[in-house]
Order: sequence, then C-alpha cells, then structure tokens
Amino acid sequence: MRYSGARVILEGLRGQRGWRPAWREPAPKSDYDIVIIGGGGHGLSTAYYLAREHGAKSVAVLERGWLGSGNIGRNTTIVRANYYLPGNSEFYSHSLKMWEGLERELNYNVMHSQRGLINLFHSDGQRDAFARRGNAMANQGDDAILLDRDGVRKHLPYLDFDNPRFPVYGGLLHPRGGTARHDAVAWGYARAADRRGVDLIQNCEVTGIDVQNGRVTGLQTTRGSIRAKKVGIVVAGRSSQVAAMAGLRLPIESHVLQAFVTEGLKPVINHVVSFGMGHFYISQSDKGGLVFGGDIDFYPSYAQRGNLPMAEHVMEAAMTLMPVIGQARVLRSWGGIMDMTPDGSPIIDKTGIDGLYIDCGWNYGGFKAVPASGFAFAHLIAQDRPHRIAERFRLDRFTTGRGLMDEEGTGAQHNLH
Amino acid sequence: MRLTCPHCGERDLREFAARGSAVVLSRPSAGASAEEWADYLHIRDNPAGEARDLFYHTPCGLWIEVTRSTITHAVIAARPVREAKP
Ligand SMILES: Cc1cc2nc3c(=O)[nH]c(=O)nc-3n(C[C@H](O)[C@H](O)[C@H](O)COP(=O)(O)OP(=O)(O)OC[C@H]3O[C@@H](n4cnc5c(N)ncnc54)[C@H](O)[C@@H]3O)c2cc1C
Ligand SMILES: [Zn+2]
Repeated sequence: MRYSGARVILEGLRGQRGWRPAWREPAPKSDYDIVIIGGGGHGLSTAYYLAREHGAKSVAVLERGWLGSGNIGRNTTIVRANYYLPGNSEFYSHSLKMWEGLERELNYNVMHSQRGLINLFHSDGQRDAFARRGNAMANQGDDAILLDRDGVRKHLPYLDFDNPRFPVYGGLLHPRGGTARHDAVAWGYARAADRRGVDLIQNCEVTGIDVQNGRVTGLQTTRGSIRAKKVGIVVAGRSSQVAAMAGLRLPIESHVLQAFVTEGLKPVINHVVSFGMGHFYISQSDKGGLVFGGDIDFYPSYAQRGNLPMAEHVMEAAMTLMPVIGQARVLRSWGGIMDMTPDGSPIIDKTGIDGLYIDCGWNYGGFKAVPASGFAFAHLIAQDRPHRIAERFRLDRFTTGRGLMDEEGTGAQHNLH
Repeated sequence: MRLTCPHCGERDLREFAARGSAVVLSRPSAGASAEEWADYLHIRDNPAGEARDLFYHTPCGLWIEVTRSTITHAVIAARPVREAKP
C-alpha cells in the first residue's frame, strides 16, 4: 500500500479500516543468499539497498528483539554533515544528501527537519577551529556559516551570552543540519525492504556463525539454523560478541551513552544547539520535549543505563548555557550501548573470512549515517569491494596505523572519545 | 555504581576518573612485534560480563583496578594497581 495524503483522507472517510501491517512476519527459511544480523537502522538500510541497488532476491534480517529496539530507537536524532577529516567528510556529506531524498525514496514520513545546527564557541582558539571546520565543510560542498555573537543572538536569544566563565563568542551554523524521527527511520526502511521481498525476522537471536575452510556457511539462531552464502554483522554495541562467534576480535569497546527528555513544552528551541565548553547538546522534538545529552560515561558497559555523575554534568552544562531550561522538568532518561573505536570513526569492511562482512564502530554518531552506511555496506556485500564513499573505513587501520581518522583530535586511543 | 578505594573506602563515583581497560597493564616488551602492539593498543575482548578496568581516585591519587560486571554495574573487587598481576 502506498502512503499518500489522499490515502489518509480516504481512510478517514472509511473509518480507518483499510490499513494493513507495514511489513510481513515471515518464519525464517532454511536458506538465504544474504543474511544481515541486526535489525537496527544500519541493518535495515543495508537490506533495503541490497534489494534496491543490487537486485538481491533472497535476503533476511535477523533481529534478536524487535525492529528498532536498539540504538536506532534510543538516539537523540541529530542529522548533520559537519565532519572535517577526509574519509568522514565525503561519507557524511553523501549521507546527508541521501537524507534529503529519503522520504520520497521510502514513501515514509521520517520527519526529517533541517532546522539548522549551531555549534557554539567560547574562545578565540575555538573560533579558529570552527572557522577551519566550516571551510572544510564548504570545500566538501556542504553549507557552513560562521556567526559572530550578534549573529548567534538573533537565532538563540535565550542563551546566557555573558556567563563569566564561558561567554558565547559565536557559533558555526550548518543550515542543512537538523533532526529526524528515529523510530520512523527504522520503520520506513523496514517497510521498504519488506516490499522488496526482504524477510524481517524478529525475536531471532544469532548464537553462532558457521565457518568452514575460511568461508561462512550459515548461522545458528534461537529459531533454528539458517544457511547463508554471505553474512553481514551490523549489531552496534554487540559487535564484539557477535564477531567472537566467528573467532574475530575487534578494536571496539562498548560504552553507555545517556540521553534525557523533558515534559512537552511549547516551541522554544528551534535549532539543534551544542555547547562548546561542556558536554551538552539539545533540540526540541515535534512533541515538545527538550531532547538533550552529553558524553559517554567512559567505563565499558552493556547496561543500557548510565550513572548519575554524567547526568549531573549534562544538567550543569545545560544550566550554564541556557538557564531558562531550569524551569523544565526532566521526564525520562535512558542509555544505549555504543560501539566505540579507538579513533572515533567507523568500520565497513571484510573480515578475513570469505562471505563475512562487518559494519560497526559508529560510536555516538551512527544515526545520521543510516542511509549511507546501508548503501555502502550493501555495495561491499554485493560487489565484494568497498564503495568509494566508505573506502577509508577499514578494519586494518588499527593494525597498520595507516588511515586513522581521529576526528576529535584527542588521540586514537580507547577511552579518549 | 559506587567504587571502593582501598585507601579511602566507598566513595562517590564523581571522585574517580575512568582510565580504560586493565589490559594496558600488560605492556608488550620492547622487542614485541607490530601486531602485538596493535593488539595491546586497540583490540579488546570487550566482555559482556566480568571486566577489569582502571580507575584513578582523584582525591588520594591512587590508581585502582576494579573488577565489575559490565551488564549490571555490580562491583566485584577493587585493589591498588601495584597489587594487580599484569
Ligand atoms: C543516547 C544516544 C544518543 C545518540 N544520538 C545520536 C545522534 O544525535 N546522532 C547520531 O547520528 N547518532 C546518535 N547516536 C548513535 C546511533 O544511535 C547509533 O550509532 C546507531 O543507531 C547504531 O546503529 P544501529 O541503528 O544499526 O544500531 P541498533 O539499533 O543498536 O541495531 C543493532 C541491532 O542488533 C541487534 N542484535 C544484537 N545482537 C544480536 C544477535 N546476536 N542476533 C540478532 N540481533 C542482534 C540488536 O538487538 C539491535 O537491534 C546516539 C546513540 C545513543 C545511545
Ligand atoms: Zn582514595
């Protein structure tokens, strides 16, 4: 069923009786050409582009919980292309362009809202760094505008511009940056993949990867064994465990990242805003909740919940930057398991086992990557060679030392990102 | 999560800085191969379960090795790094 304005009106007149489930619930077959492990954003988009771009006919996605139960439904929904380093820059630029056509492509309202993103700076040194980043963005063909203090004031009058320790010097505006509805991205890709014949299999945990003579042959799952010619691992925070089923060890640590949302309020924050002097960024959802977060808790964790010190830090930073937020009440907080790499950049590569591929290491920034990651990973799986937008996301860069992409400049080492 | 410093007792988590996996205590010897160094620096078991991590207790300056569950955040043991076997 195609979704459209006319359909909404028609169903309204008919008492909403014509809607059908957005995807089938097939039982797993015993055999597929390609199996994707993980029904998050990246797994679903990979399956979609395998069918759409490469004509793959026999594809399944295996998800141990329900579709969208992982980070794809837990993130703070920011979509941007303001990366600096070659490798990241062209990839995220490509991803943002894909976002801009996504709703038409999927026939699904993902509520992509290019409301503008402003990264604030609070010193001369930070201004120089953001000017340089803005130039890199412009060189990549994306948009960046350096705002001075008055320029920021026009957009964000509610900030405390004269905080004695962290006065606002200005900000880098990325007009095409913004947000999207995270669940809708998972659902939109799921529905579109299903319509192209992909089997989406929920409540199906992969418990073993069968490898014979250096080649993957199939999987063991809680819903039986499944033979497969090719397998893609896309399980975010669980990457180390699933890769270990094939005897692989990864350059990954799993960490918890927290997020917070307030009660619904009338529109007050119209952009995505990030503080340059503490870990805090914020946007307002279409439901009215202020959605905000900060940094990871910095100790490895699979708990999907964090501890209070980071919550306190985030609230303090929020109050420093925009004291007005003190009037809002926090409704909920939660955490997701982040697949952190030493250099903070992702991996889309072969594994050394024939037919086994991996897409992981998205750190805290993989939501915006969902379209391009699926697109590039599908290309790698189907063609057995990397797509040019993702060819620097190599697994072996941590062994050879060549091509590390330390976007934050903190050092390519665990525990620093 | 509450951590116990062997010097100071159970203290607020805010007093501790997380300093990464305790595998960094097993530094390769001077003649180690590039692979061994890459493994030491970057590759991790990343266990879902019992893990050993380093924390630094800022007020007293002690480095401690904490054994804890990465699933429940339960702390199982804590000792000064100098007593931890590499
Ligand atoms: C609080 C928070 C805020 C964030 N904010 C942003 C942001 O603003 N912008 C941004 O770009 N990114 C953000 N991110 C990061 C982003 O959400 C992730 O990088 C991205 O969602 C990870 O890819 P995914 O969607 O495929 O992961 P997931 O949705 O986690 O998918 C992985 C799936 O694999 C499944 N799985 C695991 N093991 C198995 C198994 N053995 N068998 C079968 N299935 C298995 C899991 O159940 C899960 O559904 C944020 C993350 C968090 C937690
Ligand atoms: Zn102490």
